This record gives sequence, C-alpha cells and structure tokens, in this order.
Amino acid sequence: MTRPTLIKNAKLIDPAKQRVEDGAILFDDKILDVGSVTSAPDGANIVDAAGHYLAPGLIDMRVVIGEPGAEHKETFKSAGRAAAAGGVTTLVMMPNTTPVIDDQSLVDFVLRRAPERTGGVRIIPAAALTKHLDGALMTEIGLLAEAGAAFFTNGDAPIADSRVLRRALSYATAFGALVAHRPEDPSLAAGGVMHEGELAARLGLPGIAAAAESIMVERDVQLAELTGGRLLLDMLSSARSLGPLARAKQAGVRVSASVSIHHLVLNEHDVDGYRTFAKLSPPLRSEEDRIALCQAVSDGLIDVIVSGHDPRPAEDKRLPFEEAAFGAVGLETLLPGALSLHHKGEAELNTIFRAMTAKPAEILNLPQGRLVKGAPADIIEIDIGAPFKLDSDTLRSKSKNTPFDDKLLQGKVERTFVSGRIVFTAER
Amino acid sequence: MAQRPTGVKKTEPRASPVRFRHKHLLAIADLNRFEIESLLDRAEAFAPLAEKKIKKLDVLRGRTLINLFFENSTRTQSSFELAGKRMGADVVNMSVRASSVAKGETLIDTATTLNAMRPDLLVVRHSASGAVELLAQKVDCAVINAGDGKHEHPTQALLDAFTIRERLGQIEGLVIAICGDVLHSRVARSNVALLTMLGAQVRLIAPPTLMPQGAQSWGAQVFHHMRQGLKGADVVMMLRVQTERMQGGYFPSPREFFWFYGLDEDKLKHAKPGALVMHPGPMNRGIEIDSSVADNPNVSLIETQVRMGVAMRMAVLEALAEGGANAPAEP
Repeated sequence: MTRPTLIKNAKLIDPAKQRVEDGAILFDDKILDVGSVTSAPDGANIVDAAGHYLAPGLIDMRVVIGEPGAEHKETFKSAGRAAAAGGVTTLVMMPNTTPVIDDQSLVDFVLRRAPERTGGVRIIPAAALTKHLDGALMTEIGLLAEAGAAFFTNGDAPIADSRVLRRALSYATAFGALVAHRPEDPSLAAGGVMHEGELAARLGLPGIAAAAESIMVERDVQLAELTGGRLLLDMLSSARSLGPLARAKQAGVRVSASVSIHHLVLNEHDVDGYRTFAKLSPPLRSEEDRIALCQAVSDGLIDVIVSGHDPRPAEDKRLPFEEAAFGAVGLETLLPGALSLHHKGEAELNTIFRAMTAKPAEILNLPQGRLVKGAPADIIEIDIGAPFKLDSDTLRSKSKNTPFDDKLLQGKVERTFVSGRIVFTAER
Repeated sequence: MAQRPTGVKKTEPRASPVRFRHKHLLAIADLNRFEIESLLDRAEAFAPLAEKKIKKLDVLRGRTLINLFFENSTRTQSSFELAGKRMGADVVNMSVRASSVAKGETLIDTATTLNAMRPDLLVVRHSASGAVELLAQKVDCAVINAGDGKHEHPTQALLDAFTIRERLGQIEGLVIAICGDVLHSRVARSNVALLTMLGAQVRLIAPPTLMPQGAQSWGAQVFHHMRQGLKGADVVMMLRVQTERMQGGYFPSPREFFWFYGLDEDKLKHAKPGALVMHPGPMNRGIEIDSSVADNPNVSLIETQVRMGVAMRMAVLEALAEGGANAPAEP
C-alpha cells in the first residue's frame, strides 16, 4: 500500500472542466480526494505545491521505441526516463520494432518486460495492423487485442490497398478494436521530403502535396463509414484534411484524429537551411495549416495531441536533407510545446490537457487521465511559466533529434507520480 | 393444386404424394412451405431403404440421370449417384472440368450437347452463381442444382432440414445457429431460406468479414460473437471455411479463426444443453470444428446428414421425375 500523499496549495487542471481551480489532492495509488481537501490521514506525506499546477499524467498515443531490435535508438529504460521527465505517465508504443509486434507473444513480451525497465511509466504496445507491416494481410486482431494491444496500426507505412484496410476495419469491429491509420497516399508522397510549396521549390527539394493526406482521409473515413469500424486518423498535418474529418464526425462515423506537437508549434520554415532535425513525416506544413490545426484542437475536431516520438541517432540525421531520416523525439518536449500554445494564447489550458489526458484515455478505454476520485494516481506537478532554453544534450532520450534544440520554452515538470509513486523529481 | 394442412405429419401414409409442380429444383427460394414439407415427407419413406438388404427400387427404371459437375465434389456427386441407382435410373457421371471446358467449350455448348443425349434428369454443380439456372434454360430435362457458386445448394438444405426433423420431430420454433464462412456459403443461403420458412429462428454467426452485407435482412439474426450467438441454440450448423473461394485475407489465421469461431466443447456449452451439431462436410478439423465435437456421437449429426442425404435426393429425383422430367414445362 502506497503511503498517502497530500499535495496542497496547487492549481488543478481537471481536463473535464473548463477552468483551472485552486485546490489540493489526496491520493495513495488511486486518487482519494480532490478539490478542497482539508484533512489528511495520519502519516500522510504532505507536499506544498507552492502554487504549481497539477494535472493528470500525460497519455502519449504515439511513441517509437527501439526495443526490441534497435536499442541504440531507444530502450524501455531510456524512454521511461524521458517520459517521466516529460510528464508522460502512459505511452503507447508503435509496433515497428524488430521483430514487428504482429504476434501475441510480442505483445506479451512488452507488457511483461517494459514495467521492469521503465521505472514506473506505463507502456502499452500497439500491434501491427498487417503482418510484417507490409500492408497485405491483417494480423490476428482478436488474439492481439485479448493479449492487451492498445490498438492496431501500420505505423508510418500507410495501407495503399483499400480492400486490405476495409477488411481490417470490418474484422476489428468484432472485437471493438481501434484501427489507427496514417493517411498518406504512398504513390503521391513518394520521393517527397518536405511540404510541397514555394519553399520546397526554392530549396530544390521534392515536396509532398497536402492532397496526399486529404485524399487518404477521404478514403479512410468512407471505409470507416462502410464498415462501422473505429478509426483513428494518425497525425494529421494539413488544413485540407479537416473538412472531410468534420463531415465524417458530423455524419456519426466512428472516427477520431491526432496531431503531433511539432505540427502545432512549428511550420515548414523550420526546415529552411536544410535543418534535417525538422524533417518529419508527415512534413511540417504552412503557417496556415498550423493555425488551422491549433483551431481544430481547440474545437475538439482533433481529439488527441501526441509527441510522435521517433528517436533517430545523429548518423541518420547528419546527412543531406533528402537522404536524412524522418522523425523527431518528443517525449520531453510534448508538454513545453503544448504549453507554448497556452502562453501564446492559441489554446485554452484545459483543452490542451484534455487532448493529452482524458481524450486519449477515453479512446483507449483507460481509467487514468482524469483528476477524479478513484482514478489511478498518475499525476504531474508543473511549474507552468518556468523559462528555459532547450539543450538537446540534456535530453534523457538516447537519441537527441529534436527540432526544438536551442529554442526558448516555458514549463517544467516538477514531479511525476505513477500510481501514487514518485517517478521523477526536478533537480533544484 | 390440392391443399393439405401444413405441419409435420410423420405418420401419414405416402400413398399419393402431391405432384411436384416445378420442372427444376434450382433454389429453395422458388419453393413454398407446403412443397418443402411434402418433399421431406417423400424422403421419410425412402430413409429405411438404406438398411434393407436389397436397396433398389424401380421408380426411375429406364430413365437417365447425368451428374454434371463443373466443380470437384465427392460426397454430393456420390450421394446423387447412389440416389439415382437406388431409384433404378441409369446414372452417368461427367466431370466437365477435365474435358470440354479445358478445350474451350462454353456452358451453353455443353448444355446443347448434353440435351442431344436426351437425359431425363440433370444434376449440375458449377462454381459460378446462376450458372445452373442458365443451363436449365437451355435443356429440356429436369435440372437439379447441386450447388451454384455462392448462391444456393437446395438439396443440402433439404437434407439438413430432413435430418433435424427426423431427430427432433419438428423444425418450427427451433433456434438454429449457422456459423462460420457465411459469405462464401451457398449452404447457408439455402438453409436460411428453408429453415426460416419452416418457422425456425435462424442465427448467423461469422466474423464481420465473412458475413455478407445485408444479411440482416434475410430474416436471420446476425452475430459476430459466437458464444452470444450460440446461447439457447437447439442446433449448431457449422460451415466449411472455403479457402478456395477466398482471395486475400478475410481473417488473419486458422489459429485465430478457431479460437473465436471454431466449435469446440467449451463454446458448445453456451448452446442449449443437448444441442446438436451439423456440418455439410468436408470438415476442416481444427479450423471451424474440433474433433472432440465432430466425432461425439451424442451431439454430432454429421454422419446422419450423409445418410439422410441419399434418401432426400431420392425423394427429389422422384418428385421431379413424375412432375416435370421430359414433360412440358409447368402451365
């Protein structure tokens, strides 16, 4: 039994509410009381938050980990440390490991191995949607779901064959399983390395048209409607995709959508100067796209903000732009990135947190992600205004590929609790 | 047409069964309840023959039956062959896959050729839905559909109903679950039509990818969870997973299919105690059915189905021979 802890003198960010409220929280492994808590049981650990903010621990629905198979990029241990420092208490790991997570035994491996290594942070594996992620034959969705897979995804390899996706979506309905799909037309996007537009033309780099995404969004929502399947549109990047998403939601299609923090904070100009650390898939798009995505998060049209954490060692990034790998780490920059939207007045605090806590919890059917009595005590304490200049060398991730290097950010995690147990404390 | 009260009359003597008004037997959908029950009544009279020392009748003496199979089949073809021979007909088996089709002859060419040989009864199986009906339009004799693509297999549904009726006395009011590859199954389509017509409550159980779009409107309840679908079932009818008709993955693996949709003792416990198990054969053991169930004589009707199949087909041959065979089409 965890010794009860009372954190008082705090500002509570309850994602279910519209406003931040002053108050305290009492918890052991679960939240015992929240709001105006006045008394604590004898022997309780009493912490003065000194006006810091308390929020549910973040649930990051899209994290690439190199274990098993590419431990030089990231391990359960390094990802766990980075997550705890970044305020992420639950993360969904992508199946593009070696071997691919397309078999029960690998789901089982992650669920048993990860908790021993992460120092407390919860890891749930997403399973491959198709065998070997090759887009041809669906995996054992029923058995994998029973084994504990969070959802089913083909990772960064979109499924070109509509019949394969149709059957997978349809089959998954028997198990209530969620299918996540990266909407990108592989033939339209082939060879592209950044957003197609004036800048790409000037830099002499092949572009990826925004239509490569919106065409696939149209197809995917129609397949979701046809099959009745639950679809998550994974990491939207373009304003053009929002129209079909809104229409599908209006029509009652069971579709949700995510966006990476990078696409909410950065735009195509961050790759200017051939900065490969900002080379992402989907690519950073125009400022108009970025603004539209922020608005969509505020409106609830986009449900979830993810880190899109994708560790790449320097040797994969320090290359000519066209040859460099896609991807950026994000576990430690998800929170300060999201808070920058608050500081710039682009989104409400509670809205931002809802997209990183309660909403992913609802989609994944998890009990955490809420500041309510009885929920698991996954809690973070944040000094919301604390300024710092990001030094990528200080990242706990094994790979340091972040487009935020040398950027001025605000917002630091002071403490991270998982199941009431402290897993991270900021250095003073 | 003479009217007779519907319902099961097991003891009624079959001195003068009602004349069958159809020239062909192409689909259960063409029949009404009265016609089906009268066919079942006929079959009942033939069933004891299999146990006799001399199994041959002369009802169809001098008549010619051609088994025309465009698709491989062992049990249906031999069942019709036996039925024909026991009725006294001359039976010719033609496996067309091996001969004319390979040389480029069309279905209608084959029909014309066969018609010139003046058979009385033509039993046809073809891999294309609707092909048997097309052929029936081009010949003068009676045609029996022994399975056309994913459309119908009327004699299988009749023998299934006959088997259930022999064992449980009646079909009205029974809960009958049909499970497995409904999408590719002509057996399922014929059975849903027949069993609902006879007053059974029919359920279809399949993964969503193996359930045809629109099956909800067939008069059967649709389930994707086998245990839920089996609840309270009197009869569990398993279907063969037809891998030969599948292009690409309708389900991930035989292992997963068996785990969620294969009938084993554990899943059968969710049906009504004493529930009976059927399968049209041939079985994929370990995919749609476990041997512990298939081989349990207390629950499995699978062998009975084969036995009843011959009697049922004798009844069909008799009905068609007296009704429409080499006779002008119905008025």
